[in-house]
Amino acid sequence: MLKRVHFGPSVLPFLLVAPQIIITIVFFVWPASQALYQSLLIQDAFGLRTEFVWFENFEVLFDDEHYLGTFQRTIVFSVLVASISMGFSLILAAMADRVIKGAMAYRTLLIWPYAVAPVVAGALWVFMLDPTLGIVTYGLAAMGYEWNHKLNGTEAMTLVVIAAAWKQVAYNFLFFLAGMQSIPKSLIEAAAIDGAGPVRRFWTIIFPLISPTTFFLMVVNIVYAFFETFGIIHAITQGGPAKSTEILVYKVFNDGFVGLDLGGSAAQSVILMAMVIALTVVQFRYIEKKVEYS
Amino acid sequence: MIENRPIITLISHITLILGVMIIAFPIWVTFVAATHDAVRMVQVPLPLWPGNHFFDNLKQAMVRGIAGGGDLGVGMMLLNSLAMAMMIAVGKIAISLLSAFAIVYFKFPFRMGFFWLIFITLMLPVEVRIIPTFEVVANLNMLNTYWGLSIPLIASATATFMFRQTFLTIPDELLEAARIDGAGPMRFFKDILLPMSRTNIAALFVILFIYGWNQYLWPLLVTTEQDMYTVVMAIKQMLETAEQAPEWNIIMMTTLLAMMPPVLVVIFMQKLFVKGLTETEK
Repeated sequence: MLKRVHFGPSVLPFLLVAPQIIITIVFFVWPASQALYQSLLIQDAFGLRTEFVWFENFEVLFDDEHYLGTFQRTIVFSVLVASISMGFSLILAAMADRVIKGAMAYRTLLIWPYAVAPVVAGALWVFMLDPTLGIVTYGLAAMGYEWNHKLNGTEAMTLVVIAAAWKQVAYNFLFFLAGMQSIPKSLIEAAAIDGAGPVRRFWTIIFPLISPTTFFLMVVNIVYAFFETFGIIHAITQGGPAKSTEILVYKVFNDGFVGLDLGGSAAQSVILMAMVIALTVVQFRYIEKKVEYS
Repeated sequence: MIENRPIITLISHITLILGVMIIAFPIWVTFVAATHDAVRMVQVPLPLWPGNHFFDNLKQAMVRGIAGGGDLGVGMMLLNSLAMAMMIAVGKIAISLLSAFAIVYFKFPFRMGFFWLIFITLMLPVEVRIIPTFEVVANLNMLNTYWGLSIPLIASATATFMFRQTFLTIPDELLEAARIDGAGPMRFFKDILLPMSRTNIAALFVILFIYGWNQYLWPLLVTTEQDMYTVVMAIKQMLETAEQAPEWNIIMMTTLLAMMPPVLVVIFMQKLFVKGLTETEK
């Protein structure tokens, strides 16, 4: 961690770390500790009186069917986003890994949605599926299906899942392709000589060998679905209709900024923090493992 | 090529082309919408082929925005987005370079303490601490300023980790040589470390520019004055007004403008982008 050859103690290193440490304390550690503290308080409706209530906010949350429903919904949402996006990119990466000619051109054409902001992704999809004007809605109507995500909760959920998965395909594709291209060609040739066809080779050689990538992407996709899809939901459904697309991050924002329930919102923040910490630990353990094997 | 099976190769190409089409379809529809006039954009079915109002729409979006949007053109918002993205990218790189330098090349008290403090930021995404962070920024009178937009987002563990990794691969002999030649720490940093981390800095810049440009929740909270809005935020406001009077041609033009800068960065700096993405995530 420290260089063998290094500079001795002086004021300089403190000055060098100061900007980052000050920003971290002022904008990360302090607000996070405030969230922890506020999660133990209850404020009355006018913000005049504040009472210290220990874990009551948490108890209220875990007794609240809405909150538990949101929890469940978030999990369904993340699993759907992660599996759809990863499945789609896995197929495309397997194909791109085969074709050699043009693999890089396909890569260019597939990775740019990474750069599209979540809200913008939301705008693109909401426009295509607008209940009155949308072009896809028109196509669905021609096939006899009436689409209206503003009234139908399942359709609203479908729409945000598709938009979120669409945006994440780029990232997954890039990592899957890199993983597949790092598999030694001799392994695959040996299997081919033994008479294994392309499908069989995929399931018995390629897929097991990229399993570390798959696991890593699973964690990244879940983090993405949990925290970075706020913009998509805010743009498309605002959590509606009837809260059918309200996920945890959206509820923190909505309860805190719109509903002004600071204690409840802070308690939710704390629960989310615990989840990020857990996911980060999982991610880091995986990295350690990878270093061991390679 | 393991074996020559033209039919399978053909199937692969067809699948890939279908995949590309599915991925690109939303953009095509958006582009087409941005080239038609408002009258055409309320007739079902909407067009699938470009019209000839692209520049009219561009001008209207840049200068006037949409009806009911407070006569606010997108031009100013694009500048705000650019300023925010640049400040976040440059700021993150600067503070991370300095702190990684200190942690790798100096022995000083609390070194590991500082390192863990930086590590913690990984676990506190802005989404989970929005309200208290908002209060801090409000107390510091930084609402509606570029500082308020960017500084709370510039502390980053990933950038520090990446530079730490880069510095650890730089041979010790270089520092020894620099010392023999009488170079002090800052001279060594400027003349040896910085040039040697050039590609990493560029790769990180690409990723951070995209990250900064695409910020949404944070600008939504800290800006209340229209002349501080970023273009990504504007999209949401336009979608809201679209409930009453959908000017989809202008909305989609704005959407195009909002996504073009980062998308072009990805396409034209693909190598750096891929490097940045794969190295910051490890």
